[in-house]
Order: sequence, then structure tokens, then C-alpha cells
Amino acid sequence: MLFRKIKEFFIEQLIFFSGIASIVFVLLIFFFLLKEGLGLFKTVGLWDFLSGQFWYPISDPPKFGILPLILGSLVVTLGAIVIAVPLGIAAAFYIAEVASPRVRDVLKSLIEILSAIPSVVLGFIGMMTLVPFIKWIFDLPTGLTALAGSLLLAFMALPTIISISEDSINAVPREYKEGAIALGATHWQTLYRVTIFGALPGIIAASMLGVGRVIGETMAVMMLTGNAAVIPQSLLEPVRTLTATIAAEMGETVKGSEHFYALFVIGIVLFVISFAINVTADVFLHKNRK
Amino acid sequence: MPRSETKVKFSLHDVNIRYKTIRAVKDLSLNIYEHEILSVIGPANSGKSSFLRCLNRLNDFEAYYHQTGQICLEGKDIYRQISAEDLRKRVGMIFALPIPLPLTIRENVLYGPRRAGMSRRNFEQIVEDSLTAASLWDEVKDRLDTLGTKLSGGQQQRLCIARMLALQPEVILFDEPCSGLDPISTARVEETMLELKEKHTIVLVTNNTKQAARVGSRTAFFLMGELVEVGDTGGIFTAPRDQRTNDYITGRFG
Repeated sequence: MLFRKIKEFFIEQLIFFSGIASIVFVLLIFFFLLKEGLGLFKTVGLWDFLSGQFWYPISDPPKFGILPLILGSLVVTLGAIVIAVPLGIAAAFYIAEVASPRVRDVLKSLIEILSAIPSVVLGFIGMMTLVPFIKWIFDLPTGLTALAGSLLLAFMALPTIISISEDSINAVPREYKEGAIALGATHWQTLYRVTIFGALPGIIAASMLGVGRVIGETMAVMMLTGNAAVIPQSLLEPVRTLTATIAAEMGETVKGSEHFYALFVIGIVLFVISFAINVTADVFLHKNRK
Repeated sequence: MPRSETKVKFSLHDVNIRYKTIRAVKDLSLNIYEHEILSVIGPANSGKSSFLRCLNRLNDFEAYYHQTGQICLEGKDIYRQISAEDLRKRVGMIFALPIPLPLTIRENVLYGPRRAGMSRRNFEQIVEDSLTAASLWDEVKDRLDTLGTKLSGGQQQRLCIARMLALQPEVILFDEPCSGLDPISTARVEETMLELKEKHTIVLVTNNTKQAARVGSRTAFFLMGELVEVGDTGGIFTAPRDQRTNDYITGRFG
């Protein structure tokens, strides 16, 4: 009896610690970022940091303005959303509502494979194919542009958007669809007047999660966007994103220098952005379940 | 009623329905006559729902659905000579669960006509006629702009009937329309069915054998995908020819 009680106690504790471990880790990461990053604000003001137009971390005196980086991330992300969201939703509708069972199974497993390709491999393929293509088609001095990054990131966000949208389309009660069809609505009328409204919260959440994936992606954008820290005027210029800046510069900086702190603050900015996106997605997913 | 003089509405010839390897309906040949109520009874998995849903091609979207044989509406093959949307406008359907759209009563009724692109001039008339035919007009005429979802269960089911009638279908399929309703609402819906029979042809699938006996002009008994017996309701319930029918209606199984 006693042995059983002890066993029960240990298992309960184990599950409890596993459960709170993820929360603890998130908090630890956040505090670590804060601790390392806040040192910067002894010398640089927060507003100057966020709205400064120049990122010259190693010139003398250094300039730490991350506006070009924020805008770079924004442009690449927006481009990716504009491409991936409509394509992803259409693909989800095709898989959930139109495709025959056999086609559906094949497509779903292919999409899973797509999401399993490491981003560095995608970046490499993009560098070899997409970049020269963009250079050639727009007649640019270089193909390493925001557009190349957007296209590839769209590609990477698609699996997330498709599979979550598809789940929420399948979750629309059958009775709704049949009710519309039995009234003589065409398949298309049923899709865009009934099914899409039932699935909307899930589709929005899927898009937000896709955005989350895009904004946090590092490797592929670093390889494809040209990494010039200037405020982008169009999609056809090189840009540099927040993530690529950290990845590219962390190895070269002196621990404890202003530059080092600045990179951590960029990390905080990224953290806040993806946190906001995930919370929004969660709110919509939650709505879906009610 | 002499059958030879009544017009055949639906004729089914050697219809077989399979889901993957499961045979849901086997070698079904049956005529449905104009202005009759054909009640369909049978235990679960007897194929009665599959049968009903192939009449307006609602099974089209089912995965792994396979159907052979011929189904004709007034002599025209519903798969080859009539488009699915036209067929579903001519053959309306009422489901077990009433699902009014989250719109006003008026807009619920007008949903089909709007989608079908009917002339707006007649809309008021369509609303009144449809609701009257569904025996709901007197109860809701003063509150047509309240939400359809606010009505009681029985009223919602009659609203769904009105919504379907707005498209002026020739045939109405009822898929256990009273399974979620109380006895009084059930009686109202049954009355409505008997009134609709004057202008429409009705096929009623029901788990309630007493309901089949009350409203059906003919009754068909399905078992394991097979049509065991079909005939005048009086005959089926008093002197069934097949032992299995007798067992089912007297409650010995199913």
C-alpha cells in the first residue's frame, strides 16, 4: 500500500514538473533576453533604437537604428502572406472539398513532406533557382531581393496554412453543407456562402500561425534577401530582416559590447512580435472550438 | 386507387449502392407515384437513408460512394439528363435536425429564391405562400424579421419546410423529420405533410412505424439494403406478405 502511494506521489510530481517546464523555460528565456538586452539602454534611447534609420553597429560612432530591419522583416513577411494565404486557403478547400479520397491522401502526405524540408535546403535551392530567375525576369543587378525571400517563405508557410485550414473546413458541420446543397445551391455557392463562414476562425488562425513561422524564419531569408540594412523602397531590393541580423552578427561581436546588447534587444523585439501573433491565432482557434 | 392511372414520378431500376465494400442498397427497383406519401421504414443500416439521399443526389459528395442502376424523374435520368442543381430544386429535402440559417424568418424563406436568381417582385408573395403551406404563417406573420433560430424546435422544422417550399419543388424528401420533436410538434408536421400531399409527392423515411402508418399512402420496408416489401399502408400494417415485415412492425426485432 505504502509503495503504491509513493509511486503515485512521484508520478504526480513528475507530470507536474513536465507540465510547468515549458512555462519555466519561456520565462527564463524572456528574463535572459531582458537581462542581456537592457544594458543597451544605458547609452541608446529606446525610441532612437526603434526608429533610427541607420544600422551601422561597427562604425565609429556606431549607430543602432533597427527601423530598416523591422521594415525588412515586414516587407518580406507581407509579401509572403499575400502569396501564401490565398494559395493556402484555396489548396485547403481543394483538399477538403473537391479532391477525390485518393488525391487527398497523396496531397496531404506531400504537404507533410514539404513542411519537413530543412529551411537551409530550401534556401539553397532558392539561391540556385529563384534568385537567378528573379534577376533575369526583372533585369536586376542582383536577384537577392525581398521578393525572393517572400516567395520562399510563402512556400514554407503553406503547409501550416493548408493543414490547419483544412482541419477547420472539415470541422464545419455536415448538416450545414447538406442543408445548402439540398436547397439547390451549387457546390461553389455552398463553399463561399456556408462553408467558408463556418471555417473562418480556423482559417484566420492558420494564417496567423503561417505568419508566425515566416517572421521567425532565419536561414532561408539570410541566404536569399541580400542582407542590405537599408529601408526598402520596393520588393525588388535587397533587405535585411531582424532574424538574419542576429544570426549574421552574433558570431562577430564582442561579448558585453553595445553591439552585443543591441542584438539581444532585436531578439526581444522578435519575441514580442511572435508572441502577439501567437496570442491572436490562439484567440481565433479558441473561438473555433466554441 | 388504381395505380395504372396515377403518374409515375420517380422510377428506380436495379439501383445498387456501395460504400467501398459495404453494400447499402441492393437491386432496388421501385416506382414512386405522384401525390402519394411513400413511407420508408426499416431498422438502422437498412439502406433507407441511402435510398432517400440518392433521389436528390445528395450522396454525390460522399467519399467512396458508388452507385449503379437507373433513377428517372418523370422519365428523365437524374444523372444524365438533369443537372444536380436543377434536380435539387425540384426535389427538396427536410433533415432530422432543423437548421435554420442565422437570418430572419423572411430571409430564411427567401434564401433559396435569392440563390436561384428568382424575380424579387414576387418575394413577399413567396414568403406568405411558403409559410402558409408549411402551416407556420399564422404563428409568425407579425414577426417575420425576428431570427429564425429563435423559434421553437417544431416551428424551426416547419420554417425549414417553408424554406424548401419557396423553391416550389415537385417532390419532398423527409429524412426522419420528427425525430427531435415532441408529440404535439410532430402532429403539426404530420398535418403539414398531409396537406402538402395535394400538390407534392412525398417520400418519408421514419423510424417511427406508427408515423408511417398515420401518414403514408404506401409503405416500403427495407432490411439490410433490400426492399422486402412495398404496398398500401393498410395492407402492410394489417396483413404483411413477408414474415420479416411482420416481425418488424410488431416489434419483434429492430
